[in-house]
Amino acid sequence: MNKRTLLVALAALAAAGYYFYGSGGGSSDKPAPGTPAVVFDTGGKFDKSFNEGIYNGAEKFKTETSQAYGEFEITNEAQREQALRNFADKGYSPIIAAGFAQAAALGKVAAEYPNIKFAIIDDSSITLPNVQSIVFKEEEGSYLVGLLAAMASKTGKVGFVGGMDIPLIRKFACGYVQGVKATNPAATVFQNMTGDTGAAWNDPVKGGELTKAQIAQGADVIYHAAGGTGVGVLQAAADNGALGIGVDSNQNGLHPGKVLTSMLKRVDVAVYNVMKSAKDGSFKAGTTSLGLAQDGVGYAMDDNNKALVSPPMIAAADAAKAAIVAGTLQVHDYMTDEKCPVQ
Amino acid sequence: MVSDRPARQDRSAPGASAPPAVELIGIDKRFGPVHANRHVSLAIAKGSIHGIIGENGAGKSTLMSILFGFYAADAGEIRVNGRKVDITSSGDAIAQGIGMVHQHFMLVEPFTVLENVVLGAEGGALIGPALARARGVLERLARDYELDVDPDAIVGTLPVGLQQRVEILKALFKGADVLILDEPTGVLTPNEADHLFHILRGLRDQGKTVIIITHKLNEIMEVTDRVSVMRRGELVATVDTRDTSAAALAELMVGRSVLLEVEKGEGKPGAVVLAVEKLTWRDSKNVARVKDVSFAVRAGEIVGIAGVSGNGQSELLDLIAGLKRPSAGTIRLDGQEIGHLADPARLRDLGVAHVPEDRQARGLIMPFEECESAILGWHDDPALGSALWLDRGKVEGRAAADMAAFDVRPQDCHLKSAKFSGGNQQKIVLAREIGRDPKLLIVGQPTRGVDVGAIEFIPRRLLELRDQGKAILLVSVELDEIRSLSDRILVMFAGEVMGERPPETDERELGLLMAGVQPGDRPEATAS
Amino acid sequence: MMKKVHGELPHWVDTALIPAVNLVVALLVAGLVVLIIGENPLEALGILLKGALGSVRGWSYMLYYATNFTFTGLAVAVAFHAGLFNIGGEGQAYVAGLGAALAGLGLEFLPWPIALLIGIMAAMAFGALWGFIPGYLQARRGSHIVITTIMFNFIAASLMVYLINNWFRPAGRMAVESREITHISLVNLLPPSPLNAAVFLAGLAAWFTWYLLWRTRLGYEIRAVGANPEAAVYAGIKPQRVIMITMAISGALAGLMAVNEVLGVHHRLILEFAGGAGFVGIAVALMGRSHPVGVVLAALLFGLLYQGGAELSFAKPAITRDMIVVIQGLVILFMGALEQAFRPVLAAFFFAPEKA
Repeated sequence: MNKRTLLVALAALAAAGYYFYGSGGGSSDKPAPGTPAVVFDTGGKFDKSFNEGIYNGAEKFKTETSQAYGEFEITNEAQREQALRNFADKGYSPIIAAGFAQAAALGKVAAEYPNIKFAIIDDSSITLPNVQSIVFKEEEGSYLVGLLAAMASKTGKVGFVGGMDIPLIRKFACGYVQGVKATNPAATVFQNMTGDTGAAWNDPVKGGELTKAQIAQGADVIYHAAGGTGVGVLQAAADNGALGIGVDSNQNGLHPGKVLTSMLKRVDVAVYNVMKSAKDGSFKAGTTSLGLAQDGVGYAMDDNNKALVSPPMIAAADAAKAAIVAGTLQVHDYMTDEKCPVQ
Repeated sequence: MVSDRPARQDRSAPGASAPPAVELIGIDKRFGPVHANRHVSLAIAKGSIHGIIGENGAGKSTLMSILFGFYAADAGEIRVNGRKVDITSSGDAIAQGIGMVHQHFMLVEPFTVLENVVLGAEGGALIGPALARARGVLERLARDYELDVDPDAIVGTLPVGLQQRVEILKALFKGADVLILDEPTGVLTPNEADHLFHILRGLRDQGKTVIIITHKLNEIMEVTDRVSVMRRGELVATVDTRDTSAAALAELMVGRSVLLEVEKGEGKPGAVVLAVEKLTWRDSKNVARVKDVSFAVRAGEIVGIAGVSGNGQSELLDLIAGLKRPSAGTIRLDGQEIGHLADPARLRDLGVAHVPEDRQARGLIMPFEECESAILGWHDDPALGSALWLDRGKVEGRAAADMAAFDVRPQDCHLKSAKFSGGNQQKIVLAREIGRDPKLLIVGQPTRGVDVGAIEFIPRRLLELRDQGKAILLVSVELDEIRSLSDRILVMFAGEVMGERPPETDERELGLLMAGVQPGDRPEATAS
Repeated sequence: MMKKVHGELPHWVDTALIPAVNLVVALLVAGLVVLIIGENPLEALGILLKGALGSVRGWSYMLYYATNFTFTGLAVAVAFHAGLFNIGGEGQAYVAGLGAALAGLGLEFLPWPIALLIGIMAAMAFGALWGFIPGYLQARRGSHIVITTIMFNFIAASLMVYLINNWFRPAGRMAVESREITHISLVNLLPPSPLNAAVFLAGLAAWFTWYLLWRTRLGYEIRAVGANPEAAVYAGIKPQRVIMITMAISGALAGLMAVNEVLGVHHRLILEFAGGAGFVGIAVALMGRSHPVGVVLAALLFGLLYQGGAELSFAKPAITRDMIVVIQGLVILFMGALEQAFRPVLAAFFFAPEKA
């Protein structure tokens, strides 16, 4: 297209824009006061994992209260701030940001709108009077599934497949390894990260390949913390006679009888609670840390995995849970020193 | 000598009264200002090998492309076996039993021979039956014509000689009775060429008609029954091969095209400017394309290099211009060795100006404005701006001055270079190369494809330049041009200089040299 | 009507009618898509245009996006002129972020204007290096530039995640990003939008590109090599040298995008800040016919589609972000790739009366 073509096209668009300026689109409509909003991260709300958990929590709130909510899926970095500000501008409250990647943007926008309530999941770096930060003790839940994996393994070798190689995922891995080693100090844990880019969250083929490689080395239980990539991990485990362990949501039903359990991270509960507390006036700023004690993390039991988890395993897991809740058992959090005591 | 009578009685033709296999009547074709075929009429007898010979751009490929349906003729008609036919696509041509083997093979290299042969004749959704049928036909063809090729070999792994055989098989498989081969030996070794000729004779003896396009005289003499000579779009002669000689054909090919009326005064040669000694250049296949060439050009003289194209003249120009690095020997400019530099920019600074043979591919950059093409090679001239910057005003000023001096039309330097006619393009190149006061000017094909006006203008400028004391090396396939401009003539054949002659030498003698025949070898070098 | 050779339409048809027809068709097809998913196309169009052009904030976001696309578009355009297809703008911009961040975080002892200048130069230098290496491989080793630049995008992604994760990320911080760059930044023009002084840098870069290509000896050589390598060799130009220099310039232009993102918007080095702008640059350069003015205009059009698209999916959750990509793609298809598709129809319309 030549320059003139472009100029004409731009001019035409501009003219049309001003014509429609008066006619008004939906974007100028203000929502009812107290309408919540959710800004999903780049994975998208149907990632079968973290973002989908948030979506489920919001949907549950919507069903119970008949209260609609605003939503936006991020496509590039600049949109984080833009979306948060858009919602704040129109008076949405509370505004929930999914994922630590939104921390910088949320910190900025929340400071500009002190009368609007904000919440962020998976980050605790913002200390503003109108921001609630919710973090999870993934290491505690991972410890329990590590314990179950070690007990279920016949080979004494288990695997872990992470998504993108970032601290959060190392935190999952570290808790898992601690659980495995505490149960069977002789066990081997294979660890692989899918990749170094955002694509690592959505690469089921590579996840499957990594899983097969681990199985070839003898692993018979494989835990994933890899978002959409995990679908491939569970599939490969199921196809090759190994057991998978799901993450975030209950993924036991993806391959009934082939998924040992799932490490639940109840982001849905967290989102639901934020929305609910804002509605009934009990919203509090500050950091909420959800661990086993608060049922923020845990392992999933249902009909699909009943046969896989024996009563002694459940007993051991419950004992460990009780010890963690009581404080007698400390699971190391990778984020405190960026080191893991066991490998 | 000119003849468009139907073929004479042919020894191998089935019947004396049989109509020609192919007859072209009054074929005319223009590409814009270029008249590629001028009213060409030609009859090709059934069961013969007919050669079409001519320089590059003589129109022979165009003529055959019309016969094969690639181009539509502006006028004229085509008859096959005496019937008028309408050929508008290669599909039509194939349906009429005409097959073509292109200079650049049209083969799918990763496919097997068999798969290539059925290409375009698969017949149906399933390839299996076609392949099975093809295998049978291929075996029969191989037996009949000594065209042995392993049908399951991967084409890309075969030597070029066998690839060419696959092309021939492809044409025969589609039922070709008339086979056109465009420059078939260009890619072949001498042994492969010999074998090809053997196959072609076999095809003829089985009643096929073969048309071979080439600019190599010895091939014509060796393999054809009859030969047509084309020059500048015209068919200038059709003769029986046994009645002619390589020298006579060479003369016809390059002969008197446009009579040049140039006043040439006596030259006053001065000091030696260019001295070439034992210059040799080998190509990537280690074939010597320029062999042991030695000569000198003095200030104030024009040395012409005559020869049929493809005999090393282009390479010689490239070597002197620094575009190729000599394999052996020296090139000296004013006593300074320049051959090892192989740097056109340095040579230009030293005073070597180069008017390339192909101005469209090299001399100008077609999408550029004229004023930008007008400084090609001189774009680093300090007079045109500062160290990094090009002063647009100075560039346009120079272009305008050059255009005025050489009467380039239209005199609009913002016009794209491609928009100028051939003659005006050549004037732009000449103006640029001459304008910077070189010591040595090397010129390739100065009047190729230029219009009548420029054909007079350009030689006159070259002579003026000579009289100003420049040394000029002129390469041309136009013998008349060489004779009317040069003070001395060197004839090249197969990369070697065959001899030096004064411009008064008669065309016949020069023709013999161009055909690679030393005068001592007379009388004739005809087909064996 | 004047008698005209077939194919030569009146000037105003070429410059006004054909683009207008293309635009209308693009919008009609996009509207059809919107209709299929049960939304009102006119309303959607209104939101899209108003989102980008109906407010100062919309304009500023559009210009912010256009700034990125101008840089990456110019990078691709310069390489095009030398006959090179630089697919690596994404990686070049990404690595350039390293230069900007290093200067921003490491030169706090210098006065900020000097540090800022060094930061901009460092971004260009890192981008240039990331373009130069594939250029070198093409010129000296014959490795195809398309392949190597694609590979260098991957290498850049892995290198950057490693460096940010292990070197730049403050301990204990979950997000994979460097600490905030406080010492230097480009002036934010219309807070809170991300539009910053880099937009002027983009204008300057467009002017520089034009000047380089059409007013310098190097530019002449670049265009000669691109238009006809054989003629360039005849002229004494060394294509290998030109290829390497051109790729370095191309990388430096792409690298300026990092200045916008790292020093102008995020004030920190974050993962994948290039966000695909390097690839959009290819479409921008193609649409802009590799001319700097065309690139700027195409970048504005893409900026409009990005900003308007975001507003559209914000206002209409049913029109997902994937739908927005489809609509953007349709506009590119009709305005760029199928630009001449309606020409024959219009030509028939204009010439019919003559023949009758």
